[in-house]
Amino acid sequence: MSGRADPRLTQDRRLAVAFVTPAVSVIALIAIFPLLWTVWNSLHLQDLRMPWLGRPFVGADNYVELARDPRFWSSLGHTLFFTVVTVSLELVLGFGIALAMNSAFRGRGAARATSLLPWAIPTVVAALLWRFMFDSQAGIANALLVAIGVLERPMVWFIEATTAWIPVILSDVWKTTPFVAILLLAGLQNIDRSLYEAAEVDGASAWWRLWHITIPLLKPTIFVALIFRTLDAFRVFDLLYALTGGGPGTATEPIALYTHTIILQHLRFGYGAALSVVVFVITFALALIYIRGLGLRLSGEER
Amino acid sequence: MTARAERPWLRTLIVVALLIPIAFPLYWALAASLTSEAALFSDPSLWPSDPMLSHYRALFATRDFWTPVRNSLVVAGVTTLFCVTVGSLAAYALARLEFRGKALILGFILAVSMFPQISIVSPLYLLLRAMRLINTYPGLIMPYMTFAMPLTVWLLVGYFRQLPKDLEEAALVDGASRLVAFVRIIVPLAMPGLATTAILTFIYCWNEFLFALSFTLGPERQTVPVAIALFRGEYQVPWGEILAASVIATAPVAAIVLLFQRRIVQGLTSGAVKG
Repeated sequence: MSGRADPRLTQDRRLAVAFVTPAVSVIALIAIFPLLWTVWNSLHLQDLRMPWLGRPFVGADNYVELARDPRFWSSLGHTLFFTVVTVSLELVLGFGIALAMNSAFRGRGAARATSLLPWAIPTVVAALLWRFMFDSQAGIANALLVAIGVLERPMVWFIEATTAWIPVILSDVWKTTPFVAILLLAGLQNIDRSLYEAAEVDGASAWWRLWHITIPLLKPTIFVALIFRTLDAFRVFDLLYALTGGGPGTATEPIALYTHTIILQHLRFGYGAALSVVVFVITFALALIYIRGLGLRLSGEER
Repeated sequence: MTARAERPWLRTLIVVALLIPIAFPLYWALAASLTSEAALFSDPSLWPSDPMLSHYRALFATRDFWTPVRNSLVVAGVTTLFCVTVGSLAAYALARLEFRGKALILGFILAVSMFPQISIVSPLYLLLRAMRLINTYPGLIMPYMTFAMPLTVWLLVGYFRQLPKDLEEAALVDGASRLVAFVRIIVPLAMPGLATTAILTFIYCWNEFLFALSFTLGPERQTVPVAIALFRGEYQVPWGEILAASVIATAPVAAIVLLFQRRIVQGLTSGAVKG
């Protein structure tokens, strides 16, 4: 802010501060401040069912309880299971769809619009559609499986953990694979065509071209899709709330749903804050990897 | 690649085969929402032989589904408008002006956009309760900005960077101030980008569930996703009405997607692919 810069630069800086401040302060006020509050609150006992206890400082007590809480560990396990299974399925299937769509064909716009639909609808709605399709009586899944002879009679999917996971995984794959495909398709279209032509002149097989041109050049996009999906899958809430409610019992309960129950049903804000901090730390660790990967491109873009 | 490109019908066939499972659940929900409950449970058929609108009528007559629709429109609309306005200023500065700490602010915004929402539910609840904003519109709009603001800024930075600099430079040489150049030149040029950003932000707000579930208490302020998720029947799950409500919740976003698919794809992929 000194006078040595030319006047326009100084003017630019002032304007920049004026322009950036509102947005940044909104974000700081409603996101960063609450986050710090969560961390601070996680060191306190705060139970709104027992307001007479006040809000005493308890140090790491909440974290000690958390480490011994089997429901915390199982919900964390469910979340990791869900994340690994859905993200890997979505990336593999999405890559396949992207390859299939990566050339001009009639009705490509319509195909792209159709694949955007599952992404665009509310997750709760997607979950309910799949719950309906896997309903024991009215469900089309049972009707289909009985018709082709896989099942002898209609089954109740949501009564056992193993079978309840099937509609959960399928609905998430249905909802987000097309999004992954669109992301990867955009990456594919950025690859220089002439590379393929040159490889073809040299007599390279389609398989060789896939492994030596497509996949290496698509790596950054694959990486972005991978991290986006991982972070999203890790905070899964809506889907399981509406599809299984975490049940049967707590057999499909993800960490976000458990945290929500602790906070808004048991009203244990201190312990809930500790759970929130754990979710945040894991997500943040994953996000750091992303920013590192993206950092290079950020600086490249500024030029 | 060419081997397959020579047989376009085969490729079309593959794509159609991939699209059927994507489209089917949506079609099935639409078909079932037009089928009577009795037929739904006894003999579900792929084509509703006797389509009827009674589930839709019941939705508005007995469940007052207008209220959640109105709530969703208000909350998503106001959040979008506010974030695009305030966000475009910040994005312009981040894309075009020289100042210290730019990379830091960009990194900060990106980091916040990756926040797990659940990690700020408890303080936001206490905060909104202290301000008596639980179960109000501001009590939803404010939390919505935590994800909508980073999203709009991030998308708009990408758009502003793509705009040609010449016109703006010419205006500056002619003695216009940055502010005038922004309002007179950048904003009109960036209209398509602003529209796409608004569309995407609106979709995210329309679909949001966790905050809307946590910060409302009753049907008078519930948004569409919350209302649908909490539908209860007297004896059994009211599937007919749930599906009719799902169709209504899907209709606006589906219309937006079909109208603006090219732009939406550009918006979604610009941050991830270009660079």
